[in-house]
Amino acid sequence: MGHVLHALIEPGFFSSSPVRLALAIGGLVAIVASVVGVFTVIRGQAFAGEALGDIGASGGASAYLAGIGALWGFVAFSVAAAGAMELIGVQRVRGRDLATGIVLGAGFGIAALFLYLGTTYDNTSGATVTILFGAIFDLTSSELPLVLGFGLLVMVTLAGLYRPLMLASISPELAAARGVPVRLVGAAYLISMAVAVALSAVTIGAILSTALLVGPAAAALRLTTRPGRAIATAAVIGVSSTWLGVLLAYDSYDWTASHKAWPPSFFIVTVVLAAYLLAGRFCKSGRRGRGLSA
Amino acid sequence: MEASTALKVEGVSVQFGGRPILDDITFELRPGELTGLIGSNGAGKTTLFRVILGLQAASSGSVRIGADGDRQAVGYVPQKFLLDPDMPLRGRDLVGLGIDGHRFGLPKPSKSRRQRIQEMLEAVDAQGFADARVGQLSGGEQQRILIAHALISRPHLLLLDEPLANLDLRSAKEVVTLLSRIATEQRVSVLISAHEMNPLLPVMDRIVYLADGRAVSGTADEVIRTDVLSKLYRHHVDVLKVHGRVIVVAGEGDHDDEPDHGPVEII
Repeated sequence: MGHVLHALIEPGFFSSSPVRLALAIGGLVAIVASVVGVFTVIRGQAFAGEALGDIGASGGASAYLAGIGALWGFVAFSVAAAGAMELIGVQRVRGRDLATGIVLGAGFGIAALFLYLGTTYDNTSGATVTILFGAIFDLTSSELPLVLGFGLLVMVTLAGLYRPLMLASISPELAAARGVPVRLVGAAYLISMAVAVALSAVTIGAILSTALLVGPAAAALRLTTRPGRAIATAAVIGVSSTWLGVLLAYDSYDWTASHKAWPPSFFIVTVVLAAYLLAGRFCKSGRRGRGLSA
Repeated sequence: MEASTALKVEGVSVQFGGRPILDDITFELRPGELTGLIGSNGAGKTTLFRVILGLQAASSGSVRIGADGDRQAVGYVPQKFLLDPDMPLRGRDLVGLGIDGHRFGLPKPSKSRRQRIQEMLEAVDAQGFADARVGQLSGGEQQRILIAHALISRPHLLLLDEPLANLDLRSAKEVVTLLSRIATEQRVSVLISAHEMNPLLPVMDRIVYLADGRAVSGTADEVIRTDVLSKLYRHHVDVLKVHGRVIVVAGEGDHDDEPDHGPVEII
């Protein structure tokens, strides 16, 4: 038993402080991103999520240039982008892709500039990789309270929006007829999504952040027929994927003789994809009474 | 105390960019009655619904719901309802959102709430598929769930926008029978919009016939007449009754100038 555990979890895993911080921040971020992501998938806003992450990259890059924490940059740029999308017309389903694409193009151009400036003149190409693909083992403990604060903010907002957001996601017409301020609810959700994407940019990078937003949620949707359970399932899948990814990355140090560890982002995203594919085999329809136990 | 009027629409007009969409619409609905809002596409049915729901301001006129004018006392079943088959939402959940879906915050599950949802599902004969994903239900099954969603808040008035449009003949018949039963049993006034009046003829207490933004209302016998409908359409139409069905045909000569506003033709 001890041998098996040793083979799975390399010695020193739980005593390493970067690992513990990665597990704590990674777990928190995974919960927030996966829960928010359920609505992203339901509302068909995965493309908007991707765009918010990519634009967050410009924020991360400019924060790096300014010498402040990347999280502030991610949050500021993603939220600003969400506001721009809302103004252009993301509330209309037909306008969504267009509004998203326009904001995405403009935002990513800025990322190209800032990352170029940052790496060309400071001679640290590591910043580009960190911002785009994440560096969960390089987090500092000062980021934990920030992540916790932003995470709580998103969760509280989502809990407040829950019922009208669900109704508006099912049918905007139905929600409007019941007196739900559909546009306002949609805008508040988009901003929450921007913050969630910014948080996952900190752990797995701006480019990959959508994977954590959409992947666990998409898998959860296949496994349960109820909205509440879909949210809980998504959170469990998100956290497990992150933790397993961190573990595999830690272990991978010893996989080759040259001791070149693979990046955690790669493992996390791969585990999420595996969870999604696996969930397809247990897809639940709940059709005709079978769902009673679902 | 029961309101003697479920809905009072008085002199409602709506204009979009100077073009009249609704022109001086007046009618009244009573509790327990089933009324058909009949008109071809573009006659103004959806706009009238939007005015009643408070989503569209009328240029003039007034709408009054129930005795106290409470807009929350309207149940609504929209025409367009497309839900992804993957959506994690059971019929039961959608009906539950009919109780409190417009309020902020998380749902508060309770035994009485579950009981109330179950009773509503039974009232529309939806127990058999209440635990399946709504997006995977047939059109007729979705209609039943949506009707339960709209009814569970105990509205004075139930509005259904073209509920029969995408249903096969048998499902349409079942939905019509259900709605007629609901009107009587729940003492709710049911207003159904349709471009085809025949499926509703056996159950309609009253009819509001809309053409070109104007309306006539009354019992089917009062409204579906050559003289009344010719006056409404402002050109001659013939009302033919064949095998208990009604066919409205444009008269000769004068219908070429306004092809879009011609009478409904029924097969």
